[in-house]
Amino acid sequence: MTDNWPLWEVFLRSRNGLHHQHVGSVHAVDAEMAVANARDVYTRRGEGVSIWVVPSAAIVASDPSDKDELFEPALDKVYRHPTFYEIPDGVANI
Amino acid sequence: MSPTSEPLLTYADGALVLSHRLSEWMSNAPTMEEDIALGNIALDLLGQARGLLQHLGDEDELAYFRDAQEFRNPLLCELPNGDFAHTIVRQLFADAWFAEIWSALAADADVTDDVRGVAEKAIKENAYHWRHSSAWVVRLGDGTEESHRRTQDALDALWPYRGEIASPAWYSRVETVLAEATLTTPPRDAWTQRSSADGWHSEHLGYLLAEMQSLARAHPGATW
Repeated sequence: MTDNWPLWEVFLRSRNGLHHQHVGSVHAVDAEMAVANARDVYTRRGEGVSIWVVPSAAIVASDPSDKDELFEPALDKVYRHPTFYEIPDGVANI
Repeated sequence: MSPTSEPLLTYADGALVLSHRLSEWMSNAPTMEEDIALGNIALDLLGQARGLLQHLGDEDELAYFRDAQEFRNPLLCELPNGDFAHTIVRQLFADAWFAEIWSALAADADVTDDVRGVAEKAIKENAYHWRHSSAWVVRLGDGTEESHRRTQDALDALWPYRGEIASPAWYSRVETVLAEATLTTPPRDAWTQRSSADGWHSEHLGYLLAEMQSLARAHPGATW
């Protein structure tokens, strides 16, 4: 094999009702093989009930050098966390 | 061992020996992903073999302390891995054989519950094995000039070993995949190797067993 096969990102849903989570990546020549490889590599111990694969090339990532302007402004906005609210006794399911 | 157990011993030995062959790919498969895929299949087969051997007697005694002429696996299962195409075509043949076995056992009212349990679990495992091997045969056969040539070579080399495992259902399963893979299927009435049912094996089984059994024979009863 002279060229590496394309890379695919693998997302698993561990139980019904939960969302898919990124677990890693596999090499595969097409989507069908990517699902098969993801199954073989990442669900050997019963980790999943659903698999998504996405071509790694389709992922658009933020630029690490932008992290100050993207993320730092949020650090001192503690009022955005829902810890300032008194929940009335009568409210259920929170 | 009762004569009625003999077919089960053939299935158990076939799964055990083929499992060992697949395990020889560990760290050597074409890709890391395929390495793990073959390992998964090997472990499934090992579990199936254990389930049947436990039904037939002492699984360690049967796996580690019989000699080659006492094994009843089809010759196909003991053949060396060869290149990846050989391994995949061998697997296609074996998966089609096991598909018939497990569905027949699961539907057989005369088998005991433990054997039916092995079969019902194996049906799902085998369905994935079949998907894996048939997809690879199509990719390789209908792939590049080199992959087509190597897969045709593997098919021609392994076709004589179908005699012990082929049924009309087996032929139709296998031939459908081979046609999709643009491979030339040899005729059904072509020559086949004799059966291993009377204890005749290829020279390869002895070497396989030597590796598989040496530890258990050097340290009988050892646990870890």
